[in-house]
Amino acid sequence: MSYKSNHSLSLAKPDAYHTSIKQKLFLAIGLLGLFMMGIALFNLNILSGWTLTLSLALMTLGIGGFAIDAYLNKPEGIKNDGVWFKSISSRGLWGWLTGVVLTLFYIVLYFYPQYLGLAKDGNENSGLVALFDPLSRLLNGGPASQWFVYGTLYTLAILAFGFKFLLKYRHNRYEQLRTYSVMFFQLAFAFLIPEFMSRLNSETFSLPYYDLKNIWPLNYYNFEQYRVDSFISAGNIGLGLLIFGIVSIFIITPILTYKYGKRWYCSWVCGCGGLAETAGDPFRHLSDKRQVAWKIERWVIHSVLVFVVLMTTAVIYTYLGYDSEKYWLTKDVFLLSVGCFLTLIFALTIIFKRQELGKDARYGAIGYFIIIILLIGFHYATNGTKLFLFEAETLRSAYGFLIGAIFSGVIGTGFYPIFGSRVWCRFGCPMAAILGFQQRMLSKFRITTNGGQCISCGNCSTYCEMGIDVRAYAQKGENIVRSSCVGCGICSAVCPRGVLKLENDSMKGRINSNDILLGNDVDLMDLINKK
Amino acid sequence: MEHIVIIGNGISGVTAARHIRKLSDKKITIISAETEHFFSRTALMYIYMGHMKYEHTKPYEDWFWKKNRINLKNGFVNQIDTNTKTLHFEKGDTLKYDKLIIATGSKPNKFGWPGQDLNGVQGLYSKQDLDNLEVYAPNNNVCKRAVIVGGGLIGIELAEMLNSRNIPVTFLVREPNFWNNVLPEGESRMINREIKKHGIDLRLETNLKEIKSDKNGQVKSVIIEETGEEIRCNFVGLTAGVSPNISIVKNSNINTNKGVVVNRYLETNIQDVFAIGDCAEQQEAIGNRKPIEAVWYTGRMMGEVIAQTICGNRTPYNPSHWFNSAKFFDIEYQTYGWVFPKPKENHEHFHWKHETESKCITIEYHRETETFKGINTFGIRLKHEVFDRWLTEKRPVDFVIKNLQDANFDPEFYKRYESCIKEKFENRIVTA
Repeated sequence: MSYKSNHSLSLAKPDAYHTSIKQKLFLAIGLLGLFMMGIALFNLNILSGWTLTLSLALMTLGIGGFAIDAYLNKPEGIKNDGVWFKSISSRGLWGWLTGVVLTLFYIVLYFYPQYLGLAKDGNENSGLVALFDPLSRLLNGGPASQWFVYGTLYTLAILAFGFKFLLKYRHNRYEQLRTYSVMFFQLAFAFLIPEFMSRLNSETFSLPYYDLKNIWPLNYYNFEQYRVDSFISAGNIGLGLLIFGIVSIFIITPILTYKYGKRWYCSWVCGCGGLAETAGDPFRHLSDKRQVAWKIERWVIHSVLVFVVLMTTAVIYTYLGYDSEKYWLTKDVFLLSVGCFLTLIFALTIIFKRQELGKDARYGAIGYFIIIILLIGFHYATNGTKLFLFEAETLRSAYGFLIGAIFSGVIGTGFYPIFGSRVWCRFGCPMAAILGFQQRMLSKFRITTNGGQCISCGNCSTYCEMGIDVRAYAQKGENIVRSSCVGCGICSAVCPRGVLKLENDSMKGRINSNDILLGNDVDLMDLINKK
Repeated sequence: MEHIVIIGNGISGVTAARHIRKLSDKKITIISAETEHFFSRTALMYIYMGHMKYEHTKPYEDWFWKKNRINLKNGFVNQIDTNTKTLHFEKGDTLKYDKLIIATGSKPNKFGWPGQDLNGVQGLYSKQDLDNLEVYAPNNNVCKRAVIVGGGLIGIELAEMLNSRNIPVTFLVREPNFWNNVLPEGESRMINREIKKHGIDLRLETNLKEIKSDKNGQVKSVIIEETGEEIRCNFVGLTAGVSPNISIVKNSNINTNKGVVVNRYLETNIQDVFAIGDCAEQQEAIGNRKPIEAVWYTGRMMGEVIAQTICGNRTPYNPSHWFNSAKFFDIEYQTYGWVFPKPKENHEHFHWKHETESKCITIEYHRETETFKGINTFGIRLKHEVFDRWLTEKRPVDFVIKNLQDANFDPEFYKRYESCIKEKFENRIVTA
């Protein structure tokens, strides 16, 4: 058997990587829990009210027990043995099957919720959704929806696989704290608080479902009319929430990103990041590291950002009025401020950070800027009803379908076992694009390299879920300052020579490059590096 | 256009090629019989352990070479004719060079043990060694037990590799403690414990007498020198160090000893022929360094330097302070400056070890002047840059201890040990 044989697709894989009997047992327990949910799909609710409890408990037990046997029986340390031999984590048969099942689940969830048992027009739920009705009633007082089912399973996944991750990295306090953080934010902010909030709703008082940590533009619908109306009609609390939504992206986000980099959000708070870091962890190494993938990434993610800015502008524009006597924020004022804001950001970047932009970044920035300004100008010139050539509703539904459902859900999570765990975060998330832009341009965060200690082994690049070729920097002794870095810290953890460290430090000297590394002739270093 | 030919596509040869390309437009050819592209030799272990695939160990994508106009030639050089500046290949073809850089690396040591060339007996250095390992020790059905001979860095890596596939390992170490010819005793003992903790059958002060064959010419067992004990095994790893891989240079006019003999400019006795990396032997050792340094970093540094000389800026190899690193199972090790297993004359050791965790440091300093000479650190990451500076500034040991937090490179939120270390150091002064 040569190294070339693909272990993942063959039956004869190295013995050590056979799952132990205990692990198989826990796997079976977990799958039994999943199976019970599967049965519910067909309305075969055998144990009546207890099915949901039992099913969730079995899944938790399965994942937890598996993790305990897999990690606690071994000394603390990096646990990547056999990652590329196991079928599930190396695009083998199990990997593909899992990908297909997840993808199908997302398609049904987004487009055919009736198959999950979602009732229409006031009827009783059936199937899987009905299974979750008791829990839903307990938390928010109403029947479950497909989104309640999804939210519960999502939270369970982050908690149970988070526990697994905590055991896997029990020697690493950065990983521990980060994981506790995403587990907390998912359970409290994404799951419990919104459910309790909706309990407060009555005939006279109603708040939209609001996950407070889900910031626009990731939460692309936050400023849609029905939500804004609802916020405003809910008095001071509603207004407070609306203001919080605006403050989140325009004040809180820039400050925290300046101090800590985008990681404060992407790998400490965000739910998408939370799932990727926990349930998605076994797939992190599957991200594409090629330079061409990086090029595609830059175009795609920034295009999504432009899309969401245009879409949101158009949507808000439609429900604003013309008359400034009624309300100061009219269509014209709004459009003008959007134009001014974008111009300001563009001008500041071009003036102060021109040298730091690559050629394609400059072309992209100028190109997109011109397009947006032309569209706004075109609108005034023609005085049409359509803001950006399309009806706002068309833009909104296209975005919701293409980006909100297909990209972030079906591809983003369904394809975990194929493309890795951060496809959405890397190629699609407009929030990540904003945070990343700031991280690259104006942040104290960087990954520092340790002198000449790199041995170019490639563990850092392999385990970077964002597909950053970390080694390319480390072996040049160059700090890693990349828009896409979510600061998960795994590159630093897997480095066998202690070369990488995530740090917040001054902006000065943050971006460095050495032709000759520390350890060599000091005069030669001076000659070459300071020319 | 001048043709620079480099034999060997390891870190030394590739670094040289990259820097020559940065500095010039010369024609560059790299020759290798091992692999088509450069890969990180230090990462071979991770392929076997399933952390990475071979392709992940390549530091540059395959398009890199063409883009940078670095020709890659697959072939084995049989003979170097320095008179006509021609390389003769095994397959009969030839290649002319204007300047030749020999960067052929090392080969595992074999000390004439009976049975050392049997099937299933090998070192771990090349890509081919890894391929063979997959043949003779793919799992614990084919390989019921493996024996490793030689307690150095490759030996412990091989133990970790085999252990990752649940293959029982007996590890024969000549010294009284692991790597005790390099590490102070306290550190060696800690690594002993780490090895045993992972279930390795560690045999200290134990030598190999002979390797026995089965009827198919494959290893069947080994005999221990001291006790005469026979240990049945299906694989024997020979990891008692490496020596320069210079068989192709031996029958040329190029002067060799253990390695290819070079001066400080990395020049051999023959005009326009240079040698760098593991295979080069300094005429005179530089400082405390050995004349032959089979270390990744040394290869890289020599590659950086030779490119200057080749491109017209004749530069001596003049490395800064010694540094190195390794990982022993789960314990990371870094060293800056010189720490000897026993303090050198007029030197003293300060040793701190954590009571429960596998963390320790040893600092070597001058007894009278108290000048800091070097540090070994286990389980705590320290900054190369800071120690390089302190060594240059010849800082006293108490300055180093007092400012140790400035050199910490552990991830954020990690427990810090500077205060424990300081306390122990201060108590040492009181009792001394």
